[in-house]
Amino acid sequence: MITETKGYMSVNFLISQAKNIQIVIDQNAAEIEALDQNIGDGDHIFNVQRGLKLVVELEDDIKNLPLQKGLNMIAMKVLSGIGGSSGALFGTFFMSMAKTPDLDKDIDFKKACEMVITGINAMKERGKADVGEKTMMDVLIPVSEKLNELKSGNTDMKVGLSEITKIAEDRMLATKDMLATKGRASFLGERAKGHIDPGARSSQLIIDTICKSLINK
Amino acid sequence: MKKFINNVDDFLIESLNGFGKAHSEIIKVNFEPNFISRKTKTKEGKVSLISGGGSGHEPMHGGFVGHGMLDAACPGFVFSAPTPDQMQAAAEHVDSGAGVLFIVKNYSGDIMNFQMGAEMYSGKNDSIITNDDVAVEDSTFTTGRRGVAATVLVEKIVGSLAENGGSLEECKKLGEKVNKNSGTMGVAFTSCTVPAAGKPTFDIGNDEMEFGVGIHGEPGRKREKIQPSKTIVNNMLQAILDDLKPQKNEKTLLFVNGMGGTPLTELYLVYDDACEILKSKGIEITRSLVGNYCTSLEMQGASITLLKCDEEILKNWDAPVHTAAMRWGM
Repeated sequence: MITETKGYMSVNFLISQAKNIQIVIDQNAAEIEALDQNIGDGDHIFNVQRGLKLVVELEDDIKNLPLQKGLNMIAMKVLSGIGGSSGALFGTFFMSMAKTPDLDKDIDFKKACEMVITGINAMKERGKADVGEKTMMDVLIPVSEKLNELKSGNTDMKVGLSEITKIAEDRMLATKDMLATKGRASFLGERAKGHIDPGARSSQLIIDTICKSLINK
Repeated sequence: MKKFINNVDDFLIESLNGFGKAHSEIIKVNFEPNFISRKTKTKEGKVSLISGGGSGHEPMHGGFVGHGMLDAACPGFVFSAPTPDQMQAAAEHVDSGAGVLFIVKNYSGDIMNFQMGAEMYSGKNDSIITNDDVAVEDSTFTTGRRGVAATVLVEKIVGSLAENGGSLEECKKLGEKVNKNSGTMGVAFTSCTVPAAGKPTFDIGNDEMEFGVGIHGEPGRKREKIQPSKTIVNNMLQAILDDLKPQKNEKTLLFVNGMGGTPLTELYLVYDDACEILKSKGIEITRSLVGNYCTSLEMQGASITLLKCDEEILKNWDAPVHTAAMRWGM
């Protein structure tokens, strides 16, 4: 059974997760940058780091705001402060999460899943990318599918989250042997093979960090 | 990394400040959100043209704001697409009621951010997407060909039509024609260094070149040993001609573009090689452009763009233009 713990999604939850993610991304920055230089142009890591810094810096402005307002402010900050594909995609993620109905009520795990699923669906729509195209969506779409299963199933939440970290890792690693058909790596043809997609790697680290913090809660 | 930098975080703002001061008679730089607009208001009834993209390609696009070309340009961070609020603010600033045409290079980040900007802007607007790079195979399932140096030609030619009262629909149609009639192929001898990264984007041997390179130092078709200019130029032109398939005696514009680190002396040598090769194939060169217009920071290399010209294209190419990077006829 999903544990009905309250407060799974709040402004403070988002800020504290952003801080955790910032640490993990910084620890892995050199690796992500190298991946991007292999098949892209090297801007991805700076965009992700800039975005996290901007969200963390928002803390004082948003900590007392209702969730919907906080999400909208995060969305605008991410959208206007990052640039590149990452800014548009993550901005879209927060913007559509903010549109989930009933955000003024307590958010249980099920509702939090629904919000993340809505966000990922909007990213998929914006980027017009699906699984198998060597992008961050290779990690995010399967995660979203698993969340959908958890939302309506009977799996223990912590077991479910641990399964998600495994899915994210497997799917991230699987981008290595893919040909890219979307994004900058798509210009490389066969030469993109043999390199993990940097966006898939950063997304996997984000998922991993959030899941592990919830598992250890 | 050896660059003129005070603080990496201030790199773009300080450069934009300088650009604004150097060309204050033509343009104005607006901050937060950042966009470059003409000094004067768009005249009533004139369609506004807005382009933009990551910085590091100067003079593209800010250097093309002014009479006969763009109304505004939105610079992103180095090699990163600008953000939707920049496009929205630029559109609100320049639109005189006749609508806005966004000119977007075909890169995923640019497409997404411009799309969102267009959705956020309430006025009449449309977009054209340039994808002239013949180095990349096009298919409906992929991102497709990159938008590179021909974007400069699109901005000049459509800019003239807009200046002379062309409607939003007519401007879009002409822009699509120029894009379709263009093919570009680029070659790099060295990498470039993004200031935030502090080290070269890719490693390349002293005797190697990247054939089919993109404008961010992203790899191209293949890595090869460097060859005499005639051979390189011939291979570049062959790739373009295979794609464009110009008729015998068809009029063309030949554009040799420097990537930022190659001297004009070499670009003119490339132009000479290209002229001879095209002449031997019976292709008529009626207009030319040589210089650094669509660059990749300090990368050594060049791209060649060939544009098939009809009377409408030639007329609008020849029309007066007055921008920071391109000026003739006025």
